[in-house]
Amino acid sequence: MEQGTHWSIINVRLSRVVPLIIASATIGFSAPAMAVGTAAGTTISNTATASYTDPGGNPVSVPSNKVDIVVDELLDVTVATADAGDIVVTPGSTNQVLSFNVTNTGNGSEAFRLTPTSTVGGDQFDPTTTSVVLDTNGNGVYDAGVDTVYTPGANDPVLAPDASIRVFVLSSIPAGRNDTDRGIVELTAAATTGTGAPGTTFAGQGQGGGNAVVGATGADGTDRGRYIVQNATITFVKSATVADPFGGTTSVPGSIITYTLVATISGSGTLTNAAIGDPIPVGTTYQIGSITLQGSPLTDATDGDAGSFAANSINVGLGSVTGGQTRTVTFRTRIN
Amino acid sequence: MFKLMLTIAALLLPGVALAADSVALSSTVFVEKTIADSGGKAKVTLYEPKVVTPGDRLVFILNYQNRGLAAANNFVVTNPLPSAVAYQGTADASAEVSIDGGKIWGILALLKVADGPSKWRSARPEDVTHVRWTMKQAIPAGAQGKLSFRGIVR
Repeated sequence: MEQGTHWSIINVRLSRVVPLIIASATIGFSAPAMAVGTAAGTTISNTATASYTDPGGNPVSVPSNKVDIVVDELLDVTVATADAGDIVVTPGSTNQVLSFNVTNTGNGSEAFRLTPTSTVGGDQFDPTTTSVVLDTNGNGVYDAGVDTVYTPGANDPVLAPDASIRVFVLSSIPAGRNDTDRGIVELTAAATTGTGAPGTTFAGQGQGGGNAVVGATGADGTDRGRYIVQNATITFVKSATVADPFGGTTSVPGSIITYTLVATISGSGTLTNAAIGDPIPVGTTYQIGSITLQGSPLTDATDGDAGSFAANSINVGLGSVTGGQTRTVTFRTRIN
Repeated sequence: MFKLMLTIAALLLPGVALAADSVALSSTVFVEKTIADSGGKAKVTLYEPKVVTPGDRLVFILNYQNRGLAAANNFVVTNPLPSAVAYQGTADASAEVSIDGGKIWGILALLKVADGPSKWRSARPEDVTHVRWTMKQAIPAGAQGKLSFRGIVR
């Protein structure tokens, strides 16, 4: 390792890389170092020994003085959304849940202040954040009435080094938002000891008696969760064809009118419990058993299938239909 | 930077405690920080810390002096690494390291570490548990010397 005076420069450049190498080296091996580094308050003691033989041939061992250095507390935290994608909401809904993970990446036990912000740019609406909830039972899922509602300053979560907590942000979605509108909420976690530029020192406030020093994260972290509105709308087109008793298309008594109703569902959402109802026109008589849905016949009775004829109206339930689909219903009447 | 280190080392020598033993050994640990000076140029400074944070770069300096009247033969200086310090090498080619608590010694590049039940990998600096210097020649009466190595706070 003859590197001469350039050695220190090379090593200075390496200083950001080296801890990563150490972290990967500890996986699966006996080295007990934590991913986040030596625990705050640890004392590093160094003693060397010189051994030699004196003129009489006797072995002699001489210890050096002991140098003790205390490891300060590094204040570091990360926040990361725990949602796989945008949370689908409908306008006017309440208690819509965003999930975040807050992780203490410092080397000491630390409390973190949590702050949600919904007035961020890059979205179409501002959700109204109604509460922040801590996943106290640790199951990763929001449990209303079980998980503890967070109150800043009262129950700031205290995390050991490397520990995480799941945090839920609950919001109301404003009414009248359009399909595919997005609303963003940011969650920020900040070390209660203090934040600032990396290297900022809070004398004597570190765990174990040393200082607390702001780490590379600035002792705070932020990530975004996103709501997306999914709406669906339905439009109808009704058409009719006439078949007279003589093979033509004139509207005379005895002619059969076939009505076709096409329902088009558009938007990114799902329409639930959609139904088509149509009264039989005056002067015509419904033709028994003539209802079809998507070309398949339905019975007139109010029973297991989706179609029925009652009170001189036909009715066809469409169930849940996602946007981008159509449903076609036909039925026949005879001109009196 | 090297000049600075030597100056500090020289200042420390008078502080070596007079022991009953004829050889004295002193240990000093410095932190190396790169800070920007008023002109915005990066400048490396060394100072003796009371406290450090993970990732801090340390320079360990050992000064020895033979204060006796006779030469010290088979002279060996051994420094076990504090567990919170990852070894970062030494400029001294004569140094040997151990990665198993001082049982087996050698040059880092030649040492192997068990990596799973039947696999071996080359030892890395952070595997080092001890560093030692074995002097080929006796230390004459009155002679002194300096050894150093680097570490990083895990």
